Amino acid sequence: MGLERAFADEPAFVPYLAAGDPSYEESLAYVEALAEGGADVIELGLPFSEPIAEGKTIQNAIVRSLDAGMTPGRFFEFVADLDVDVPLVCMTYYNLIYQYGNSEAKRASENASGETASQEGPRPFVEKAADVGIEGFVVPDLPAEEARPLRDACDEFGLDLIFIVAPTTEGDRLDRMREQVSGYVYVQARMGVTGARDDVDDATGASLARLSDWDVPKAVGFGIKTGDHAEEIVAAGADGVIVGSALVDIVAEGHENGRPTEAVADDLESLARELKQGALRGAQERPQPERT
Amino acid sequence: MSTDDAHDPKFGEYGGQYVPEALMPAIEELADAYERYVLENEDGFMDEFRRRLADFGGRPTPLQRAEQLSARYDTEVYLKREDLVHGGAHKLNNALGQVLLAKYMGKERIIAETGAGQHGTATAMAAAHLDMPCEIYMGETDIARQRPNVFRMRINGAEVNPVTVGRGTLKEAISETMRDWATTVEETHYVIGSVVGPHPFPKMVRDFQSVISEEAREQAIEKTGGLPDSVVACAGGGSNTMGAFAEFVDDTGVELHAVEAGGSSLEVDEEEGVAPNSATLSTGGEGVLHGARTKLLQDSDGQIMESHSVSAGLDYAGVGPELAHLVDEGRVIPANVDDDAALEAFHRLSQDEGVIPALETAHAFGYLEEHHDELGDTVVVNVSGRGDKDLETVVEETSKRDLDVAPDMSVLNRVGGGGL
Repeated sequence: MGLERAFADEPAFVPYLAAGDPSYEESLAYVEALAEGGADVIELGLPFSEPIAEGKTIQNAIVRSLDAGMTPGRFFEFVADLDVDVPLVCMTYYNLIYQYGNSEAKRASENASGETASQEGPRPFVEKAADVGIEGFVVPDLPAEEARPLRDACDEFGLDLIFIVAPTTEGDRLDRMREQVSGYVYVQARMGVTGARDDVDDATGASLARLSDWDVPKAVGFGIKTGDHAEEIVAAGADGVIVGSALVDIVAEGHENGRPTEAVADDLESLARELKQGALRGAQERPQPERT
Repeated sequence: MSTDDAHDPKFGEYGGQYVPEALMPAIEELADAYERYVLENEDGFMDEFRRRLADFGGRPTPLQRAEQLSARYDTEVYLKREDLVHGGAHKLNNALGQVLLAKYMGKERIIAETGAGQHGTATAMAAAHLDMPCEIYMGETDIARQRPNVFRMRINGAEVNPVTVGRGTLKEAISETMRDWATTVEETHYVIGSVVGPHPFPKMVRDFQSVISEEAREQAIEKTGGLPDSVVACAGGGSNTMGAFAEFVDDTGVELHAVEAGGSSLEVDEEEGVAPNSATLSTGGEGVLHGARTKLLQDSDGQIMESHSVSAGLDYAGVGPELAHLVDEGRVIPANVDDDAALEAFHRLSQDEGVIPALETAHAFGYLEEHHDELGDTVVVNVSGRGDKDLETVVEETSKRDLDVAPDMSVLNRVGGGGL
């Protein structure tokens, strides 16, 4: 388990894109552009048909990706085909993780004897993810109470399990999450679903304060759009910033207007650079810089 | 009312709480409120609920002997008349309970999703009755095929928000309502309309609906001197099903039959991600959707399939986790009836008994037609709702088919009136 290393020397920039949006080949170029722009960890969305934690921007990205044929099997090929030297995290919903082993077992048993499939839970998915180089998971619909089977599989294969702390998360719930989290903790900056915003929510500082004694890096996401936002959030004490919708907007705009892949990739790299630079400025503004 | 299992979020392997973290505190708050107000009657909550169910909701509903059907099948057929509840469906039992609970919890706003529109209508009525602002999410496909209920929601003062993503039916509306809830959770209560979703919803909705079987059980004993041999109810998410079954579950001599929508076929087109049915209990696999582990219509990767039924209220890719568990345990018998048989049953009940059933309910009567020989001497069928909302669909769908029992509707054309 080693995603902490991405936060070790300086504040981390953690971008998100839905893998395969709007097509397999374009998406490879876009993810690689983020790495060129300074990404320290990349969250790759594996699209699920019912993404209840996502706002319109990422919902639409998921639809584009599914329409272009993305599946868990293709996702693993995608990760293997990526030419990046940055740790990768898979962000998806639990049914895909859970179902992967069942469908693999079912296919195997149908090929062998036609017997009923065994229920293997999350282990086969985690094993395959580790095999292609995924280093961790974010699963928005899997609270700590239901996460033990996935946590155990992650431990077996040396992967991190990242939990999202919401502005409403307090008390015992924080303790249960703290017991299981590794790699980094995803601090949700505001209530609601994903989506780029024009300001930084006041809840961010309070959420970071609640986690001040946690010994994993704190990366803040939900609504971050500009280098100035990144600066503000890191100055407030975050160890990293997570940015999804603002990047997905560039992909969507390029797709809708038929722009060349290279031009969209350049824009993604440019915004990535701005966000990373903002995070670095934020670190310099801290009264007492503190690295975990 | 159940008290033994309030803390347990599971039914065997099913159930649980699979939701975004931002919602977990609200779900814990709701679980606490469910335990105190519903199970322990704190502040007299259940007394007020029962009083309002009687005065506003029109309970108890009758258990009526169906004379023509009894003669037709040589079986004593009884109808539990939930279509006579205020609003025309069993949905009010749950909506009234949850809106009242939201008031006791100090919430200021109600949101809900709806497929057929009956739950949206019931929630809008309950919210108006209890003076709470209310917004309803409804897929645009369902808005188009359930217009009378959209009118009723608006007339009761609720906002109706069309959901345009996906195919625009119930599963998309549920996802959209969960997104609203994740944004507004501190002041908003989400009235889930069936025995689905994260704990405590499946248990709480069952408890609010169990008044159906509580009454039916007493009425059956009073009218027949004993318990029925079978209880039959249609199943989409499963709220009228669990309501009709709950108080009979321990009566192991009573067979419980859950009838799903067989749609146009039980085959699936995995390539297109479409199941031309909503027969989750019969054909679905285990998975996680909308907050719970349950049986689902999904492809081999775990992507949720688009479901189908001529009845919008049954058109859902999931089913309540308790129902899935009871089927696995062998306590509930799953079955399905296709669109054609449901339409025939709709016309038969309307003509034979003078009861126009909801298309959802018609599936239960389609099953009775096909399986009456296997159901014993006394059968209770839950009439989950009335069919006024479905008349446009029924006329349109009937005109496409050659049904033995359908009336000739050409009188409409003869007078030049056109649509309904």
